Amino acid sequence: MYLAQFLLLSSVLFCIGVYGVLARRNGVLVLMSIELILNAVNINLVAMGAFTGNVAGEVFALFVIAIAAAEVGVGLAIVLLIYRNRKSIDLSQVDLMKG
Amino acid sequence: MLALIGVLAAEGGGAGATYQPVGWLLENVWLVPLLPAISFLLILFFGKRFPKGGSEIGILFVTASFVLALLTAGQWISQVNYADTHSTEQKACGYDAHREASGDGDHGEEGDHAEDADHAEDDDGDHSEDDEEHSLGDLYPGETAAGFASTSLFAEEGSGDSSAICPVIATTTWWSNGGIDFTVGTMVDGLTVTLLVVVTLVSLLVNIYSTDYVAGDRRYTHFFAFLSLFTAAMLFFVTSENILQMIVGWELVGVCSFTLIGHWWEEKANSDAALKAFLTNRVGDMGLLIGMIILFFAAGERWSTFEINALANAGEMSHTALLIASLCLLAAVMSKSGQFFLHTWLPDAMAGPTPVSALIHAATMVVAGIYMVARLYGVFFNGLSIGGSSINALALIGALTCVVGASLAFVQDDIKKVLAYSTISQLGYMALALGVGAWTAAVFHLMTHAFFKACLFLGAGSVSHAVHSFDMKKDMGGMRKFMPHTYRTFLIGSLALMGLPPLAGFWSKDEILAGTGGWGLFGGTGGNGAYTFTLVMGIAAAMMTAAYMTRVLYLTFYGEFRGGHHDDEHGHADDHAADAHADTHDAHDAHHGDPHESGPRIIIPLYILAFLGSVAGFLNFPKGFQLVPKSWQLRFEHYVEPRPDTGYFPKIAHAAPSWSLAIVATALVLVGAGLSYLYYFKRVNRQSPMATELVNGPTSRNGLLKGGHTILKNKYYLDHIYDSGEPTSTAMASVVSTLFGAIAGGTLLVSLANGLDINIGWSAIWAAMLAAVVAIIVNRALITGIGIADFTKTKFAQAAYWVNQNVLDGFIDSVGRGSVKTAEVVYHRIDQGIVDGAVNVAGRASTGAGGELRRTQTGKVQQYATVMFAAATVLAGLLFVFT
Repeated sequence: MYLAQFLLLSSVLFCIGVYGVLARRNGVLVLMSIELILNAVNINLVAMGAFTGNVAGEVFALFVIAIAAAEVGVGLAIVLLIYRNRKSIDLSQVDLMKG
Repeated sequence: MLALIGVLAAEGGGAGATYQPVGWLLENVWLVPLLPAISFLLILFFGKRFPKGGSEIGILFVTASFVLALLTAGQWISQVNYADTHSTEQKACGYDAHREASGDGDHGEEGDHAEDADHAEDDDGDHSEDDEEHSLGDLYPGETAAGFASTSLFAEEGSGDSSAICPVIATTTWWSNGGIDFTVGTMVDGLTVTLLVVVTLVSLLVNIYSTDYVAGDRRYTHFFAFLSLFTAAMLFFVTSENILQMIVGWELVGVCSFTLIGHWWEEKANSDAALKAFLTNRVGDMGLLIGMIILFFAAGERWSTFEINALANAGEMSHTALLIASLCLLAAVMSKSGQFFLHTWLPDAMAGPTPVSALIHAATMVVAGIYMVARLYGVFFNGLSIGGSSINALALIGALTCVVGASLAFVQDDIKKVLAYSTISQLGYMALALGVGAWTAAVFHLMTHAFFKACLFLGAGSVSHAVHSFDMKKDMGGMRKFMPHTYRTFLIGSLALMGLPPLAGFWSKDEILAGTGGWGLFGGTGGNGAYTFTLVMGIAAAMMTAAYMTRVLYLTFYGEFRGGHHDDEHGHADDHAADAHADTHDAHDAHHGDPHESGPRIIIPLYILAFLGSVAGFLNFPKGFQLVPKSWQLRFEHYVEPRPDTGYFPKIAHAAPSWSLAIVATALVLVGAGLSYLYYFKRVNRQSPMATELVNGPTSRNGLLKGGHTILKNKYYLDHIYDSGEPTSTAMASVVSTLFGAIAGGTLLVSLANGLDINIGWSAIWAAMLAAVVAIIVNRALITGIGIADFTKTKFAQAAYWVNQNVLDGFIDSVGRGSVKTAEVVYHRIDQGIVDGAVNVAGRASTGAGGELRRTQTGKVQQYATVMFAAATVLAGLLFVFT
């Protein structure tokens, strides 16, 4: 088994996710990019777990999936509310925290 | 009265099952002076807010103090009774015994040290701990030697079967410096409680009297505040445990008398009188300081009066040191207690309000000197070799004083001045009694005199209250018709002062005369020596007293009223009481025409004092007085006089009273009074009821008498010597310089002759230095005082004015201008430029930085995330590089 392949895939997915989070303006796409980041981490956890013969990696991955589901639920609800208020989900226009 | 208290106290003390030999108040007697001291502060700060102007506070606190003093006296009497009926374990009031009672750890150690010293020969081991004290002992050989020997001496004396009644001493260390403990504390014995009761009682009556007498005065509150302080100071003085405290109390009393004599300071005469009292006392106070310093060194660096007395009695102090110390202290007594030739301040002190005069003359100021001698009697008795002698400085001064005072009282027209000279004379009696060893007689006379002299002074005040004057010849006469109560009490007081039986003055005066031991010529028995001279002087003074008091009685209360003629010239110089009243007294108009009796607040104290002046003598019936039961005899002596086995009181011999002496003395008093009666009541009155002297009297017919009268009128020219001009003021300076110079020089010579005893050597150096300083100061002050005054008015004043205008003012002006310039520069450059600039820059910098930084806060989450990831990347890179 080659650990490097999984780690390579994981890092590619992570970088795509980071790019999406930082560069996309669509709120839903940002949420999807976050899912990519989380899944990159999941791949890492499972691969490491398999490589070391430790079940803790799979268990952790399951926790991450569960929390990711909750996170997406909250995130989509926020996006929905933003849409209702602004008729848009362009995150570049959401700058209420401007100093 | 004291006996009554004793009974009460005995009942109170005996009721409890746990009877303590040492009464609580005896150890906590500091409460007695504390109360008037608190009263002083309360009146001073809050007096004016009270409805009666603070006088009620004074009366309240002094009453409380009086009650405490009575209880203290009662506890002392119980203590004496207890010691008489129980065989006490502790026979002598040893040095270490009372140290332990003080409860101080350091002292306990010292006490042990002294105890060990008894076995100094066979027990050297314990002394290794006390090396420091030994080295001190090497410096001052007197200390260790005295400490050892006195302890063993007490032990020997204690083996006798008579029980000692120790003074109750409570001390605490105030501070320690240079290995010397400065302690404060109280010492209570019979003498102390006598003074406590007398002072608080007279003070209370004077307070009550004053509420009427100085009513409406512009400094009413101030007056009562200082009455309280005066009382507190005197009480502090009499309860003081060591000579240091005595000096403090002594000076406090002096300051209070200064403020009260100068109470009406608006008139120059009054403030001059206050100054004179104060400055005359300064002369004596130098003697006090020098004497106390000598005692301190001679006793091996001890302050305690008990120890100093004990060492003096044990013969552990050099007789020379004691002699010089007692002579120095005698100078202090002469100024404080108005002894000849420093008595001149006392008649002038009459410028003060009459209640103050009563307080000064009866209970506080002048009594302080007598009390000091009585308290340090071990020093005086041994220093002046009172026992077995026939004359000494104290007896001589006292004898001269009582005759000089009595003779001067003859020619005074001012009723208060007569009484002032009478006080001088009676103080002379007390000094005489102390000088001949009749200690109890002196203290007894102090007490009886306090009662009847206070009565007389307050009576004189009552008369002057009615006639607005103190001048007997101009403004009085026939007062018995207008003021029956004042007349009665004044008559009782006068008869007591004359010493007619059975009034108080008789008993104390007779005891003094018997105590001189001079009657031995005629088959009497001796006291401490054959003081025939003092006996003669004492009897002469008694005759004169009777004569001048008869004169006062006639001029004031008999004949026709001579006053009421100066209604228009109201505001007479002496007329302070009237002045005080003229402002506010509603019944002012009633004073004109016939004078009227004073109010109850004046009359009641008079009756109380007259009563005490009548019966106080019964406290001390002489021994062997057959008319009373034996248990009534010598009560005062029994409770007041310390027993010799206490160690701190010398072994004095008690003269047996003599019927023949009493009869002769009384007869001579009657002769004196009778002559005066014949002259005034018969011849003068027959000439005219308005007359005060015979038109063609003996002084105008006989040249010798005339000369004598002139000398008396001029008060033996003492005041002229003291302050009337440059040559004579030099004479005064020489008198003072000679006094102290002789003491210092004598000390030096004798110390050299004694082979340079270090104690005395130190004392002598101190004394010589102080004496030189005093002599120089007094000399300069007196000589230059007048010269300076003249010089100041002319050349010096002009020069001073020029210097003032050109040098001083110029300097001050330039300083002012310079300050303004400097201030301008400082304001513009430093304050505006630097200080304010710094603050402004800081503000601007914050604003700018904020403006710049807020641009980074775009509110766009993705930008924040970018920064975060960038930072994470950088950190990851750094981690990679550094691992």
